[in-house]
Amino acid sequence: MRKELHPLVMIVLVAAVTLFGRVLPTWTLSLATVAASNALIALGIVVLARTGNVSFGQGLFFAAGGYGVALIANTWGLTDAAAQVIIGAACGGLLGLVIGPLIARYSGIFFGMLTLALSMVFYGALMKSTALGGSDGFNVGRPSLFGMSFTDPREADFMLYAVSVIVTGFAGIAATILFRSEFGLASLAVRENNLRVEYLGLSANRIISINFLIAAIFAGASGAFALMAQRHIDPQFAYWTTSGEFVFVAVLAGNQSVAAVFVASMALELVRSFSNLYLPNTWQLVLGVFLLGVILFLPRGIGSLWIRNGRRRRISTTAPLTAERGATP
Amino acid sequence: MNRFRRTSRAAIIASAAATLLALAAPASAQESFKLGIVTFLSGPAADSFGVPARNGAQFVIDQLNKGAAPSPFEKVGFGGMKVEPVIIDENGGATKQVQELRNLYQRDNVDVVLGYIGSGDCLAVAPIAEELKKMLVLMDCGTPRIFEESKYNYVFRTAAHATMDNVGLIRYMKAKNIKMTTLSAINQDYAWGQDSRADFVAAAEQLYPGVKLQTDLLPKFGAGQYGTEISALVGAGSDVVYSSLWGGDLQAFVLQSVPRGLSKRSQLVFSAADHVLPPLGDKMPDGTIIGARGAYGLMSQKSPLNDWFFKGYEAVNNVYPVQASYRMTQAILGLKAAVEKAMSKNGGKKPSTDEMVAAMTGLEWPSPGGLIQMKLADGHQAIQPIAFSRTKYNPDLKRVDLVDIQYFAAECVNPPPGVKAIDWIKGGMQGAKCN
Amino acid sequence: MNFFLTIVLDGLIQASWLFIVALGLTLVFGILKILNIAHGSFYALGAYIAASTVTMVAARGLPPSVGFVAMLLSVALIAAAVGLLLERGLLKMFYGRDEVVLLLVTYAVFLILEDLTKLIWGVNPIYATQPYELFGNLEFGGLYYVGYDLVLIPISALIGFAIWFGLNRTVIGKIVLAVIHNEEMSVSMGVRVNRVYAIAFAFGVSLAALAGALTAPKISMQPGLSSDVIILSFAIVVIGGLGSVEGAAVGAILVGLARAASVHLMPQAELFVIYLIMAAVLMFRPEGLFKRETARRI
Repeated sequence: MRKELHPLVMIVLVAAVTLFGRVLPTWTLSLATVAASNALIALGIVVLARTGNVSFGQGLFFAAGGYGVALIANTWGLTDAAAQVIIGAACGGLLGLVIGPLIARYSGIFFGMLTLALSMVFYGALMKSTALGGSDGFNVGRPSLFGMSFTDPREADFMLYAVSVIVTGFAGIAATILFRSEFGLASLAVRENNLRVEYLGLSANRIISINFLIAAIFAGASGAFALMAQRHIDPQFAYWTTSGEFVFVAVLAGNQSVAAVFVASMALELVRSFSNLYLPNTWQLVLGVFLLGVILFLPRGIGSLWIRNGRRRRISTTAPLTAERGATP
Repeated sequence: MNRFRRTSRAAIIASAAATLLALAAPASAQESFKLGIVTFLSGPAADSFGVPARNGAQFVIDQLNKGAAPSPFEKVGFGGMKVEPVIIDENGGATKQVQELRNLYQRDNVDVVLGYIGSGDCLAVAPIAEELKKMLVLMDCGTPRIFEESKYNYVFRTAAHATMDNVGLIRYMKAKNIKMTTLSAINQDYAWGQDSRADFVAAAEQLYPGVKLQTDLLPKFGAGQYGTEISALVGAGSDVVYSSLWGGDLQAFVLQSVPRGLSKRSQLVFSAADHVLPPLGDKMPDGTIIGARGAYGLMSQKSPLNDWFFKGYEAVNNVYPVQASYRMTQAILGLKAAVEKAMSKNGGKKPSTDEMVAAMTGLEWPSPGGLIQMKLADGHQAIQPIAFSRTKYNPDLKRVDLVDIQYFAAECVNPPPGVKAIDWIKGGMQGAKCN
Repeated sequence: MNFFLTIVLDGLIQASWLFIVALGLTLVFGILKILNIAHGSFYALGAYIAASTVTMVAARGLPPSVGFVAMLLSVALIAAAVGLLLERGLLKMFYGRDEVVLLLVTYAVFLILEDLTKLIWGVNPIYATQPYELFGNLEFGGLYYVGYDLVLIPISALIGFAIWFGLNRTVIGKIVLAVIHNEEMSVSMGVRVNRVYAIAFAFGVSLAALAGALTAPKISMQPGLSSDVIILSFAIVVIGGLGSVEGAAVGAILVGLARAASVHLMPQAELFVIYLIMAAVLMFRPEGLFKRETARRI
């Protein structure tokens, strides 16, 4: 029996990480906020990937969440951070509800390609919409929280950090509970062989659609965070290379442990931040080599570094992010 | 145990003393001024703008730190403080630049950030600097929106914006009796391209009433291939083809359109093309009307300051300075003037952000490109003179010469304070002081 | 009528180089089942190598025609070599794993090649325009067309036909088709499948590089060339059907015409009309317009 973290322990961890933000230097705070929001969207990809479908177009929901929040904030002056997260999640979720059932019948590469195509359609539409600022996007005001506004930059950054860490943390806890649930195991079964799942009386399409919805909600919320942290939104949110980076984090993390997603996301942000200063033209190279290394040596992601699983063949939450072709059931 | 406590107590006292000493040390001339510089070091804007800007910065900072600049900039560095540049790449998108700006202020502790070429980047970073209450000097981006859509206390732009380029262009065309009953346009689809096009068309409607806009294209920034667009433009056969394209896009456009006869069918008018002349050479058709977004490069006016800059830059870089190098220089010189003005008011100490902001507001200073005056947006937006000319290839020198140069004063082609640029143009350009 | 002809001609010119790129991508997928995200990087590589070759040839004072031939040869050779190295050295380690794993590996390769190109050729735009004047100008429908652009149409048609012929009418082609249909059976019949894979990959990426070389004289080579090409070639290959040569041709023509039409008729739609078509095709005929029947293992 694997030693599993009790949800209460995880809540304590989340609280600890939040409080740790008080001692972090200011520039790390905004970095950590971006890392937390990237972790959230990567988590969504991991949730979806457990059904065997990797989405290369999460940028669609990411941008939808961001633009939705930005428009509402600028039109009605709604700046509350918590409300913005909920709106972002709702925008992503609404879109996911509509699109999910349409694409649930595809698998593997076609699924990926379709999500990619849809995000690029959205990108093209955003680029050409002058009302939304076209390719330049537009700015948004400072977020507040529960009526309190923060003028001191450090306090404002900490507020964002705390909100993003708490929301992402709770999403992680929810995901962990999901993974251990009956629904979570059914999702894994869909990846193995969705036809057999149908024979067992479950609807594979419905399972995929629900996982897709969850991924879309996470992506929309993440878009709201990115918007709050940068105070700026542009169509680049929906470009395929943005989606590619989220997939990168998901692959790096693997689906062994939810904590690995945060670590992977933070690692990416740190590399990106320092590489601009020291290796201006080689950070993509570093990223690419890193990705290859992970796929080669840590196919189950960096989470496998600290979670030991028993027999590898056993179908469980320890299976790799991408299944092996021809694996025996 | 006793010894441990003794040594640790000694260590604590020693470090406390050291910290106190460091904090108490007065700001002396040995202190340096950390200047964050953001410009395109990679990507499509690097070769034409970003790298010349960086080269300009390096040349000027070297000269200033040696005290080798001419009057009134003879002091070493900024008021005796050596300038320490921290140069980062503007590439990667507006959202990334926002994070980089924070890093510069909070992690690298720069005193002022100066730079930004991309209009999208400028629009994104300005509010952040304002929030952080840190000084930001925008040096190159052209969209008029920066100060027309928001008010800033900590943000400045030391160069005139795109309105000057386009109003000036129309005035030049009128002065040279260029026929324009029909007009086509091709511009990049983002703030710079859209605003340039809007300003040019509005100004054209004022000075060429009844002009008809035929083919109006807005390809994506960085498209690089314009086969279909050129077919549309050549097919339209307008009197004038206007473009604010720049960098690699402009070079590609010229290379693809000239063999197809566009320059023979229509008069080509480019608002910001000086920087493509060195690389294009004889591929640039003669008689193209170009602007440089200022009186820069081969259109610059003679002055001791310009001689120092033009010749010095050319000696170091083996190519004459183009617009981005000039604009970077006027930004740094303006900041120097502001810092020294603040220091003269506070008794010679290194000035705080608020002191520098107060000094720069409404400031005027000479530059290699002419007099820079911070007259718009409550003293935060500059106006400056501009020049236009026609291209003519010089086979002996193997470079493109500029002929028929005409200058326009700042108040002739820039809007007056308090009115939006596009409104000013559409209202008939009231208050323009042209000679 | 003239207007319509202009759109068709512009569309075909675009389609011709798009077809060569997409052809390589679809072949690589058809034979190796790899969706190569780095395909666009080879296009960029081809363009840059072509630029360097043309510049070197011009520096020696040789006529542009020599430069043209030299650039095609050098690009084909170098790209094939790099492709071979990549396939044998890296990709084969991941055979047998999920398609998505290989996708991620090629994504990593794309990232690496992006920066390698920047390191080797720098970040500034590069030009190699001498071959552009080789075929003069042509007047058609009141417009001037550069001969070079028009010549690309028959060139790409020839390449397409040659590939189709090679696959369907020659012995080597039949062997490749056999490998596509059933790898294990081919091995047991004595086919050197590893060699087929290696050559197929090298060939596919050289096609992309060749397309890059052919376009090089009319554009400026700068970083970022690959990202747009990748997404366009994906759209074409998806529309036409992964693995189908005819599909790549039809897809390229469709995309080329769509782009030309939108620039002339509705410029606002230009950016996303292609992805809209791609999404539509994926929704209604996910295997593409020319689907190949594949058995589903239960």
